[in-house]
Amino acid sequence: MTTLERIQAILRDVLNEPGLEITRDSSAQTVRGWDSLAHVDILWNVEQEFKVRFPLGEIQNLKNVGELVDLVDRKVAAKG
Amino acid sequence: MLATTSEILRCLEPPVDITTMLRKRRVLKELLSEQNPQLTCRVAILGGSTTAEVRSALEIFLLRRSIRPEFYESEYGRFSEDVLFENPELDKFEPQIAYIHTTSRNLRAFPSLGAGADEAAAATSEELSRFRAVWEKLHEKFPRCTVIQNNFDLPALRPLGNLEAGSHAGRVMFVNRLNFEFARAAAGNPSLYIQDIQSLSAELGAEKWFDPTYWFGYKLAATPYACAAIGLNLANMIGALYGRTRKCLVLDLDNTLWGGVVGDDGVANLKLGRETAAAESYLAFQQYVKDLKQRGILLAVCSKNEESSALEGLNHPDGVLRPEDFSVIRANWEPKHENIAAIAKALNIGLDSLVFVDDNPVERDIVRRNLPQVLVPEIGSDPAQFTTILERSGCFEVLSISSDDLQRARYYQDNKAREDLEAAFGSYDEFLDSLQMEAEIRPFSPVYLDRITQLTNKTNQFNCTTRRYTQAEIEQIAIEPRYIHLYGRLKDRFGDNGLISVVVGEIEGDTLRILLWLMSCRVLKRGMEEAMMDTLERQARNRGVRLVIGEYFPTAKNAMVAQLYGQLGFGKVSEDSAGNTVWQYRIPAEPTPRNRAIRISE
Repeated sequence: MTTLERIQAILRDVLNEPGLEITRDSSAQTVRGWDSLAHVDILWNVEQEFKVRFPLGEIQNLKNVGELVDLVDRKVAAKG
Repeated sequence: MLATTSEILRCLEPPVDITTMLRKRRVLKELLSEQNPQLTCRVAILGGSTTAEVRSALEIFLLRRSIRPEFYESEYGRFSEDVLFENPELDKFEPQIAYIHTTSRNLRAFPSLGAGADEAAAATSEELSRFRAVWEKLHEKFPRCTVIQNNFDLPALRPLGNLEAGSHAGRVMFVNRLNFEFARAAAGNPSLYIQDIQSLSAELGAEKWFDPTYWFGYKLAATPYACAAIGLNLANMIGALYGRTRKCLVLDLDNTLWGGVVGDDGVANLKLGRETAAAESYLAFQQYVKDLKQRGILLAVCSKNEESSALEGLNHPDGVLRPEDFSVIRANWEPKHENIAAIAKALNIGLDSLVFVDDNPVERDIVRRNLPQVLVPEIGSDPAQFTTILERSGCFEVLSISSDDLQRARYYQDNKAREDLEAAFGSYDEFLDSLQMEAEIRPFSPVYLDRITQLTNKTNQFNCTTRRYTQAEIEQIAIEPRYIHLYGRLKDRFGDNGLISVVVGEIEGDTLRILLWLMSCRVLKRGMEEAMMDTLERQARNRGVRLVIGEYFPTAKNAMVAQLYGQLGFGKVSEDSAGNTVWQYRIPAEPTPRNRAIRISE
């Protein structure tokens, strides 16, 4: 599974939308039910799923799912 | 393949899988709400930090206990302002429970670097009075409200290193000191309870408890994981407030209370005692179970064994549990779920009061499938872990220890002696006379408020209305003159049954409406309900009441009292399609006593 697919699976669970399809452009503004509680849950679950920790500065500026995917890929690559 | 409801809900069974729960909050809430819990409870969450995570977890874990919460959440960080100042929204909400979600992040008055004993004491009393003001105001505004206050987790940072724990200026010492003062406040205040996040945070470990990213980014004073653990722990406390705790631990024997199979290996070869590490771990589990028994949890055995082998095992010279520690022993070759149902019946308690511990996953599964109300923790097969898993389930959470708890197992043993005697008499009346019963039937008094609350919230069978009250609400009833309130204690020649019945009625004009009528099933068929009615009638009459109204609301468990009011001389007035019935009784000029066999002191 690609990083995007794994994040999509997390969004489906957290938002309870089993049929949800996301793209790199999806964001809290475009996806139904992505409120502040869901946002924290999404970040926390992504951290668990990929076994990475996000530094504060980098998660504050995320604009959409694409940037989250890139951040995860960078963190996973940095772990080696 | 779609997962079934019970598979999805599985993550909420002990040991609770918080990681999965945090991924599936929404579907969990949806499925649990569909089960349509009847008991609602208004919880105000007064936060010193973001509260949404705790609220969501608490909601799920309360729904899991068949309690549907409604929430008020304070503005971010305004736990004290929301209470101390005008707040029509909170007033209108009228919380039954106020939970103050504060942590060491909310401490302001840390002692200064050079602080000595006096300054540290002053800092402690300054913080204490800040919180005390909130508790007192809550009590003043909402006399029936129960307050749950966090104590403090140890500070995440210790700039002075070990000195923080060894000097008056130290933060560790300060937090410990404050926690001690909070504990003292709670010990002297029946409507204030401490949620021990100092222990909870230690149990999770610093790493899982606090993460600066979530603090600075989202003002979460605990990680999402830790917030879920707080929600679970709170749900255990609130469950206990409403009597949703378990009463009886049902135990397997072989490889659960000792290592090996007593029937095959023989008592001499069982692993139990001090000889080996494995033997010690089984002994430690027995000791833990014995401690549970001492604080009032009933014990039962459900084992596939010959009864003689089971008893031999329980008489193992190095064991601490003995056959007489168990209220029921079912050792035979019948399916375990049938034996467990028989245990519930013998003890006169509901299946939802039972916890079953068995090392065998197949047996656990069979019991879970056949008796979903029984709590079956995924206890594993390592005896060294049994106590931890059982304890963290929170299924035996208590908010206070009443003297009744300490004696419970004895009541059931006395009952066996009574049953033997009953068989020896020609008529039931003769048997009742031979018991030489004495009852004390009096208005609520402070020493019994704990027990009255406990009995009110856990009695399911002999209970006409199944209304639940917190201790603060019971206290309120005890002081407001519009209520008539009675408790009953019953003694006989075999022993003291303790406080076993509660009746509450509300007077309006010349009418008394009975809100609560309940009794412990351990004194069924002794005529105690008639004695209670005699006293109620006399007191009502003295206060100018002419008409008494009783109601019966059917539940899955209280069919035994469907005709109670009829038997006491009431006439049925109405019955609706749900089976709710209303009864009335006109107090005559010369009431005729119903009770015959019990000597009453009022």
